Amino acid sequence: MTAPVLRVTDLRVHFFLDEGLVRAVDGVSFDVPPGQVVGIVGESGCGKSVTMKAILQIVEPPGRIVGGQILFRKDSAPPVDLARLSPKSAELRAIRGAEIALIPQEPMAAFSPIHSVGEQIIEALQLHERQWRPSGPRLSRTEARSLTVDLFRSVGISMPEERVDAYSWQLSGGLRQRAMIAMALSCRPRLLIADEPTTAVDVTTQAQILNLLRELQRRHGTAIVFITHDLGVIAQMARYVVVMYLGRVMEQGSVEEIFHAPKHPYTRALLKSIPSVNVAPRTLLPTIAGSIPHPLGRPRGCPFHPRCPDAIPGVCAERAPALRPVGATQLASCFLYHRDEAAEP
Amino acid sequence: MSATASLLEVRHLKKLFPIRRGWNRRIIGAVSAVDDVSFTIREGETLGLVGESGCGKTTTARCILRAIPPTGGEILFRAADGRVVDLAPLSRAELRPLRPQIQMVFQDPFGSLNPRMTIFDNVGEPLLVNGLRDRRARLERVAGLLELTGLRPEHMHRFPHAFSGGQRQRIGIARALATEPRLVVADEPVSALDVSVQAQVLNLLLELQKRLHLTLLFVAHDLAVVKHISDRVAVMYVGQLVELATAEAIFRRPRHPYTAALMRAVPVPDPHAPSGDVALAGEVANPASPPAGCYFHPRCPHVVERCRSERPELREVAAGHVVRCHRAEELALAGVGAEPARGAQGVVESPDHRRENV
Repeated sequence: MTAPVLRVTDLRVHFFLDEGLVRAVDGVSFDVPPGQVVGIVGESGCGKSVTMKAILQIVEPPGRIVGGQILFRKDSAPPVDLARLSPKSAELRAIRGAEIALIPQEPMAAFSPIHSVGEQIIEALQLHERQWRPSGPRLSRTEARSLTVDLFRSVGISMPEERVDAYSWQLSGGLRQRAMIAMALSCRPRLLIADEPTTAVDVTTQAQILNLLRELQRRHGTAIVFITHDLGVIAQMARYVVVMYLGRVMEQGSVEEIFHAPKHPYTRALLKSIPSVNVAPRTLLPTIAGSIPHPLGRPRGCPFHPRCPDAIPGVCAERAPALRPVGATQLASCFLYHRDEAAEP
Repeated sequence: MSATASLLEVRHLKKLFPIRRGWNRRIIGAVSAVDDVSFTIREGETLGLVGESGCGKTTTARCILRAIPPTGGEILFRAADGRVVDLAPLSRAELRPLRPQIQMVFQDPFGSLNPRMTIFDNVGEPLLVNGLRDRRARLERVAGLLELTGLRPEHMHRFPHAFSGGQRQRIGIARALATEPRLVVADEPVSALDVSVQAQVLNLLLELQKRLHLTLLFVAHDLAVVKHISDRVAVMYVGQLVELATAEAIFRRPRHPYTAALMRAVPVPDPHAPSGDVALAGEVANPASPPAGCYFHPRCPHVVERCRSERPELREVAAGHVVRCHRAEELALAGVGAEPARGAQGVVESPDHRRENV
């Protein structure tokens, strides 16, 4: 297998609040193979967005990366550990935006309202021009502008010449998200992080945006980390899936394994509790008992044990299970599949 | 129309919002947010109202609640004493005695509860406003309501911040039920909740409805959620009702191309489900200057010449199935839910079964 573009190992991001310590990400590991879409799915407070911020080194204080590695590989060079780099270092700034780009959740908040969208993309292009042209003359404004127009065209924005000069508030939600995608792709990133890119748009627009991302992914072979709470979107987009709950990886594997042979009780319960258009009207849904615990009151042991129908008394409440293989490419952190581990003192 | 009497009948409801411009805020146009919408809600049923943002579903709900005055049309509500009243032209004072009978559940469980009031005060306020002065009696009522919605009555003296999103939504439901309303309008009540909690709240609404014989207008954008809760479903597009039928019929065989497109745009949580080839082109029309003819024609894959010029009327194509499309009869549109059942019954687990679906 080819070396992963990104390898996250035992990542820990903690928030040091006055009220106490929040272990927002507590030992997360996953790989992103080149040119593949890896979906990170979970409910609120599971740490999916904090993981994304850690990769980009944009975790705000009082949060801090307290452990683990984020290995990012460029070409054949030895991988860089992003977790070790200072957020303000030149090395990291050369990677962020150029090698690793972000499609944020709310394009309205992500664009500046006082600069035209084109202006903001031109700025990014000029900032990371070496990505386009390792040597030679500097990228001129006219050149950057025509590149932006091309980008707009490639993400399906009609009348790109005029739209380049539009402000974000003049664009509809769908167009704004397309412009955001154009910006993210502007420096030909090796890795794209899409953080709930379709949560703020309607279903029909969502279908268009997902189609566009799929097509661009196929064309450029960009690796994507796709973060969402929507299991439907994940099933349609991702090749590999990481299921998170309260800062930990519950289960990961190929999309087929996760959706057709889920192992972890949390994944199983989550899949069953999604409302489906394929059932008879007015049917009760299977539910997960209880609610997501408060970040400051995380349970000991396996984070899911208080809500788990299969919790093993005296084991799951005491110790946290490790992520271990349960299938071809499938891993789960659950004592049900590692009885030997559960038996250990 | 049927044996059960209608509780609410909306006739030709219209709501225009003026567009103002310039130093003197003069009116330069109007957005037609709700454009001639008619439907009925029968006693004890749930009507799901779906559509994308800006389609007028929330404005319709707000007109029915008389949170805003409609521009035109009638909102006929059968009050507890059997009178049928038109809510549309009533003044604030005239509406007041009717208010307890129509209550609302809000979308945002964080913004809809007063953070400075305890749960007892939040849920008990509608009772106080409506004349239940005796604190002891109120305590008892609130305890009963909390129990009804699956909360612990002993927590009623806590403040909203001590509760999770799902619990707050239960509190919101308890408050809506406090005055024993005949009609509950729920505007996106589960869209702010996590999947695992959303299922609990949906189940609660279904159970409460059965138990209390509630009538529910359920406004949502999520078709799967709507299917789980509704007896009948109404679909709106750019201020107009485009289709209305029983949930079963509309999902099995949608008659309007927009309904069909909306259904197929929902990503299905199954990696083998087809995807990608059904996206609707273009964007929702601007309600301030809607296109000529059928509002949906610029995006419709089945458009013919007639659609560009002639505005279709809402008409009945099958018993209880109304649709606003010239070609409703001739089109054979695919619904959802005909495939081998997945979903609530559990995920398909055996790999053999999987192959059949490919």
